[in-house]
Amino acid sequence: MTQPACRCGGTHLSCDAPEALAAAAVRVAAERAAFGGEAGRRRVVAALGAGVVAAAMDRVLPVFRAQDAVAETVAQPAGTPEKKDLKLGFIGITCATPIIMGAPMGFYARNGLTVEVVRTAGWAVVRDKSLNGEYDASHMLSPMPLAISMGAGSNPIPWSVAAIENINGQAITLATKHKDRRDPRDWRGFKLGIPFDYSMHAYLLRYYLAEAGLDPDRDVQLRLVPPPEMVANLRAENIDGFLGPDPFNQRAVYDGVGFIHLLTRELWDGHPCCAFAVPRRMVTDAPNTYQALLRSVIEATAHANKAENRKEIAGVIAGQNYLNQPVTVVEQALTGTYADGLGSVKREPDRVSFEPFPYQSMALWIMTQMKRWGQVRGDIRWRDVAEQVFLATDAGVKMRDLGLTPPASAYRTHSIMGKAFDPADPDGYVSSFAIRRA
Amino acid sequence: MALRVRSALLLLLILAAALGAWQVAATPAAPTGPALDPEYAKLLGTAAQGGQQTPMPRPSDIAERAWHLLRDPFYVHGANDQGIGIQLGWSLLRVLTGFGLAALLAIPLGFLIGMSPVLHGALDPIIQVLRPVSPLAWMPLALYTIRDSGASAIFVIFICAIWPMLLNTSFGVATVRREWLNVARTLEAGPWRTAVAVILPAAAPTIMTGARISIGIAWLVIVAAEMLVGGTGIGYFVWNQWNNLAIADIVVAILVIGLVGMALDQLLGRAARAVAWRE
Repeated sequence: MTQPACRCGGTHLSCDAPEALAAAAVRVAAERAAFGGEAGRRRVVAALGAGVVAAAMDRVLPVFRAQDAVAETVAQPAGTPEKKDLKLGFIGITCATPIIMGAPMGFYARNGLTVEVVRTAGWAVVRDKSLNGEYDASHMLSPMPLAISMGAGSNPIPWSVAAIENINGQAITLATKHKDRRDPRDWRGFKLGIPFDYSMHAYLLRYYLAEAGLDPDRDVQLRLVPPPEMVANLRAENIDGFLGPDPFNQRAVYDGVGFIHLLTRELWDGHPCCAFAVPRRMVTDAPNTYQALLRSVIEATAHANKAENRKEIAGVIAGQNYLNQPVTVVEQALTGTYADGLGSVKREPDRVSFEPFPYQSMALWIMTQMKRWGQVRGDIRWRDVAEQVFLATDAGVKMRDLGLTPPASAYRTHSIMGKAFDPADPDGYVSSFAIRRA
Repeated sequence: MALRVRSALLLLLILAAALGAWQVAATPAAPTGPALDPEYAKLLGTAAQGGQQTPMPRPSDIAERAWHLLRDPFYVHGANDQGIGIQLGWSLLRVLTGFGLAALLAIPLGFLIGMSPVLHGALDPIIQVLRPVSPLAWMPLALYTIRDSGASAIFVIFICAIWPMLLNTSFGVATVRREWLNVARTLEAGPWRTAVAVILPAAAPTIMTGARISIGIAWLVIVAAEMLVGGTGIGYFVWNQWNNLAIADIVVAILVIGLVGMALDQLLGRAARAVAWRE
């Protein structure tokens, strides 16, 4: 606990964090004991100021030590998980790398959990199996918990993003025959594949097209294509291209069907993609399971983020039990040394990164796009939704436990295709676009 | 006998010609275009190295995959990697459960509808509206209400298997010859006795025909249902190999699905013959 992070100026991520509450309680208790109850404490604090009292107290009695000790117990409940045998759903794409590898590489087992990771047929199925409780938690597209919580495309059920899985790592792939039409302004009439309506893929592709002056609802056809079927549809010329997850961009190149037009990090460097999503009821009803699971996933995410581990991970997850893809395809997607489909080998070690911190400003951006494209209507309680769904505090605590440095604030300015998104003014951002439905 | 031999010979000829043409057509052409940078080529599939798209598998590739898949059909390597035999077992279990439940409802209900013109008039509009609905259209509704994907798949089988049995049973029961019923009445047989001793044997061949149609449809539908729901089953296997663009594995699965479907049909065909009667 070194840097001030909370809006109150304290050295914790948020005043609601359990350790912050506990720390305050410890200090108040010590002061009461020293100054003769609550009335005496208030008199002294009013006369001298809280800071002076705290400093003076610390000289006599190291309250901060007691606070730290309490914080540790609060932040790492020693309690055993309420439920140990868990089922996690995933879609067979490299975004799910930390969730998948957690099973074969022992990250769940290390935290006292027995986890079975189950490959699932599509995003709608992941959503339905999660909602009906067949999966305890799952790999989802980061906009999905927002959509589920807001009741867009399903009944509103409180759902949470406990951690982001990956940032970047997606690409626009076009059919080989379009290799001379690299300017999106020439794409009028194209049929383009996206994996799901509530996906970063859809929002980024819409954004990219709109910046080029094309209305994504009128000038092109956006087709919902499950990621595994994207390459086959590209080959059959049902679509001209897609903005999709890896390894399918690389698979299109591997099969001689398409080329990689651009990586999504060229649109928004650091955009969130997939999330580790848990039902809100797990956070409240099974906190120990939730904590153990979150710790496992963040550990795995940190491990996956190191370039030197990528090759080994590719070998582990490429097999039939997980991604079911040729190893070289997964390896190219993860290491960033890849064939672009146009005859050259690209080296971009940052093609995909695994960074778990769920910035609430990311949630805000996603909601601005939901609003922009008419997926949600009416006024949105922007920050309420973002803070209920993106659990930045817990992820920050776990990151610190593991020696990572979580960012100081859950809000930051993002830059998308050179345009800044200020989380303080989401409504203004929505109306700043010429092409929009809202 | 001579006819059979000639048919068999013709079948072999057709197969050999079709497979031979396939083998030749799917063999990749010689590489075109300039030679690639070897580092780049190493990152591509074999066909892409020659500037081509990965072609359809040849019959020889398929035979190789079939040998590989059928050699050890019952292995389990984790939740997502199980042998083709286990997947078939799951599909059969779902089909038989759904079909069994459908029979339990459809045959008694069909009996009642066949015996009572009033009930027939009342239920016929419902049946006529629901019967032509594609069973997969029920899937979202089932997932939403039953909240269990395995049970939903069984429900979809149930709903598609019920109609042929229901209609055939009621038709068979309704068309039992008047004279036979009159004979039963003159012998003072009660309604229960008439149903079991006269109507059931008379309608049995029609009922069995309904069952045979039902199981055929159920086997058709399970593949599609499992492709949607996922998890286990031969349909999921097909979907999963499609995921990996492993077309040879899909062809193997298609052959296996066809063989199992044929076996199911033969089985009910035998049962139908066993209850057939001649005047």
